[in-house]
Amino acid sequence: MFKAKIHITLKPGVFDPQGKAIFSALQNLDHEMARGARAGKYFESELATENRRCAKGEVEKICQDLLANPVIKEYSYRISEVIG
Amino acid sequence: MRFGVITFLSSNCDHDCYWALKKVISQEVKFVWHKEEKTDGFNCLILLGGFSWGDYLRTGAIAKFSPVIKGVEKFAQKGRLILGICNGFQILQEIGLLPGVMLQNESLCFICEYVYLKVENEKTPFTSRYQKGEVLKIPIAYTVGNFFVERPTLQKLKEGNRAVLRYCDKEGRITRVSNPNGAMDNIAAVINDSGNVLGMMPHPERCVEPLLGSTDGRKIFESIISGVADEER
Repeated sequence: MFKAKIHITLKPGVFDPQGKAIFSALQNLDHEMARGARAGKYFESELATENRRCAKGEVEKICQDLLANPVIKEYSYRISEVIG
Repeated sequence: MRFGVITFLSSNCDHDCYWALKKVISQEVKFVWHKEEKTDGFNCLILLGGFSWGDYLRTGAIAKFSPVIKGVEKFAQKGRLILGICNGFQILQEIGLLPGVMLQNESLCFICEYVYLKVENEKTPFTSRYQKGEVLKIPIAYTVGNFFVERPTLQKLKEGNRAVLRYCDKEGRITRVSNPNGAMDNIAAVINDSGNVLGMMPHPERCVEPLLGSTDGRKIFESIISGVADEER
């Protein structure tokens, strides 16, 4: 069994009104180090396979078929083995 | 003339549209449940507003996998007319019948108000009853209606005059201030390359009788009806 932790984010350059609102909140709260904020989504999925390569292939497909609209989104993920 | 009005889970404008077509414009209309794959026997299919599957994941992202979508795709391939309104537009984008994607409104707020729209292209089956440059008053109601496409696609839309309606002011000027949500190039409605699938964010079904404050949406449906009638003649 593997567990995938997937992040979906807007491609660089695509306007992100939520991120902008969060950034302005950070500024209002005097978080002076913050230089920007982008919002995204996080998903977890458990995959019933013993093969890491199969798990990776499946996550790629999941991202492309459903989770990310390729016009504006990009995805990244980590896969780790779940014991027991 | 037979309209098919597609109902997804959490569609909420299907009855408004049914009312507009059946009671106000006196046309034959039938609801099509999203589990049905068959879309035969209609002259025009309408995908309506609402929050299909609660807008979970992304607007239209899950509606895309409904059985009826196969029927919608076949209908489009045959060159038949498909109109997507609001969430219906978002679904048509997800399945790739229309370009681009909707981002959240710049303000992040749900906007529900009358806006002005300029008819940029009257030579479509959906706008033939309007004059070029005519200014319409039609309401919008959405949080995710900020039209976005990649630059090369925008260029293609412009070259093909496919941005059919654009947000404008009362005098028809297309300005930053008259853009309610940050939509690229003030775009409110887009037609596909073959000219048989239109997506629009404003709700024409909500302004077809004087009681509702405007009748400017009526000609969208009347254009469709007269086009189909000409074809059948």
